[in-house]
Amino acid sequence: MSKLLLVGVDCSECSERALKYAADRAGSSKAQLVVVHVIDWSPFSFNTPQENEERHKRRETELDRAHKEIVDPLVSELRERGLFARGVIRHGHPAETLAAVANEFGATNIIIGKTGSSRIKTQLFGSVANTLVQVSKLPVTVVP
Amino acid sequence: MQKIYPGRKSALGLVLLMMSSPLLASGGIDDRIDQTIKPFADAVSGAVFLSFPVAGVQVPFVLVWLIFAAILFTFYFRFVSFRGFRHGFELVRGDYSDPLAAGEVTHFQALATALSGTVGLGNIAGVAVAVSLGGPGATFWMILAGLLGMSSKFVECTLGVKYRNEYTDGSVSGGPMYYLSKGLAERSDRLKVLGKVLAVLFAIFCVGGSFGGGNMFQANQSFMQLVSVTGGESSWLADKGWLFGIVVAALVGLVVIGGIQGIARVTSKIVPLMAVVYVTAGLAIILMNISEVPAAFGAIISGAFSAEGISGGVIGVLFQGFKRAAFSNEAGIGSAAIAHSAVRTSRPVTEGFVALYEPFVDTVVVCTITALVIIITGTWNPSVDPSQGVALTSAAFESSISWFPWVLTVAVVLFAFSTMISWSYYGLKAWTYLFGESLITDVVYKLLFLFFIIVGSSMQLGSVIDFSDAMIFAMAFPNILGIYFLLPVVRKELDEYWSDYKSGKLKKFGKAANRG
Repeated sequence: MSKLLLVGVDCSECSERALKYAADRAGSSKAQLVVVHVIDWSPFSFNTPQENEERHKRRETELDRAHKEIVDPLVSELRERGLFARGVIRHGHPAETLAAVANEFGATNIIIGKTGSSRIKTQLFGSVANTLVQVSKLPVTVVP
Repeated sequence: MQKIYPGRKSALGLVLLMMSSPLLASGGIDDRIDQTIKPFADAVSGAVFLSFPVAGVQVPFVLVWLIFAAILFTFYFRFVSFRGFRHGFELVRGDYSDPLAAGEVTHFQALATALSGTVGLGNIAGVAVAVSLGGPGATFWMILAGLLGMSSKFVECTLGVKYRNEYTDGSVSGGPMYYLSKGLAERSDRLKVLGKVLAVLFAIFCVGGSFGGGNMFQANQSFMQLVSVTGGESSWLADKGWLFGIVVAALVGLVVIGGIQGIARVTSKIVPLMAVVYVTAGLAIILMNISEVPAAFGAIISGAFSAEGISGGVIGVLFQGFKRAAFSNEAGIGSAAIAHSAVRTSRPVTEGFVALYEPFVDTVVVCTITALVIIITGTWNPSVDPSQGVALTSAAFESSISWFPWVLTVAVVLFAFSTMISWSYYGLKAWTYLFGESLITDVVYKLLFLFFIIVGSSMQLGSVIDFSDAMIFAMAFPNILGIYFLLPVVRKELDEYWSDYKSGKLKKFGKAANRG
């Protein structure tokens, strides 16, 4: 079975190291890559009627921007290096959604970068990396 | 704040002009407005609340209209409020939400938005009025009205989603205006005319309701609570309703005209928290007096069927309970269908199941808690002054938690604010249905809305408040009349969906599937 590496990306600059690591590993093991960006969103939020009315439109804008500014440039960068890569963008809880997409695509590994937020912030809100390690059923590589 | 559209500065200027008008602050103006509007208001109120005597009590026709419809819907849909209750919860929880549609408006979000428009003063002040006028027994009828009202919401919200408008830019608009006109047009050519007439009538009443019950009543009652908590008549604020009105109008103005969604967003997050605080405090008081609870339920049930000393006897008690329940959960009024129709679903009836929870949470849970607190703390007694409203609820909470009136004041003001935001939206949808969508019609409506906030909080306009109650209840006439013609449509949707659900054809996703 061919290997499939899932790379979780936050923004194009801050995910560079994780992406480079994934590309190197993919290159040496002939694995395919899925670049995933999750837009933080909860199905249980409280909105105004106005927000609800415009939600569909906003969602399209968010997806469009994530494609143009984050995922598409990274995917084409990987393709230029001769790797097989595709991009996926989803709304949801970052860690849980990454795990779900990994499952959906049959990934063999998940690779994400460390966001380097302050210790207090991590204590209070947790970090995507920590949560992902807890919920994922696959090996997770956190690139410092 | 970055984007200031051209109309905004002048619009705010106009508001300030209206605010600084010395006429508003002076004492004589309320009498003058009262006298000008009174004959008209009385005529409308008299027509909507046209009463006929039943066993010696004057019962308004509109109430019979609402109750009859709720009972009929309950039987016609074979007790969907009970058999669909569990499925409604599964839908709210997201068991049937496709992960690929993540980011769209969910069932939970549509329900939460609709609830924030109904949970509020009706649950706090309205219940106090019902209990003080009808005794503990009114609670029983209020709960029954809530349970029956679930079927009315089920129909309204299913239709709201089915006949909503989806525009090319992806935004959606729905509500009774659309299902009355589009739905009836679908039935026959002759009904098309009726549908249009009903839709226009509904829109007119909805605009009226948005200025009245959804605005002036809210401003007025929250100001009353603020005055009572800061010292009653000796309070510095006592004669400064106009100031309170200006502040609230400015805040609402920032949201609806200034487009500063941040304030609305913050409110929409704090309001559920306040609701939780209110319910928790209520439950705590009930637990502290747990030994009184059986007696309280005894009083509620015995009071429902044998009303000693209540004007109008059992019918009078029943009438009070039903009236306050209808005012609180708005089932059959049609307002909630506007909020619910933003949901993303391919099966309109799913939102009907979700909407079952609205009267349930609003009336069966929250109103009952308020009533229990008023009864078990002994705040209610047969000689209590029935005109107190929110003050009675406040006193009931105060008797157990001395500082709670302050929390209640914050809750009341926030509930009022979020109800205003919701109703300004409902009213605007009805207004643009009547006058078309343009920047001018938009701004005119919003300025009128702000103006009524100041009017509502600065004046004691008994007849205008009556008039606005009348407008909200008037919405039920075109709404329910139109629904009668559309019942087979909803029944078909329900039966098809229910058989798919029962045979397991519906795809279930759920959390487990998401996590892999």
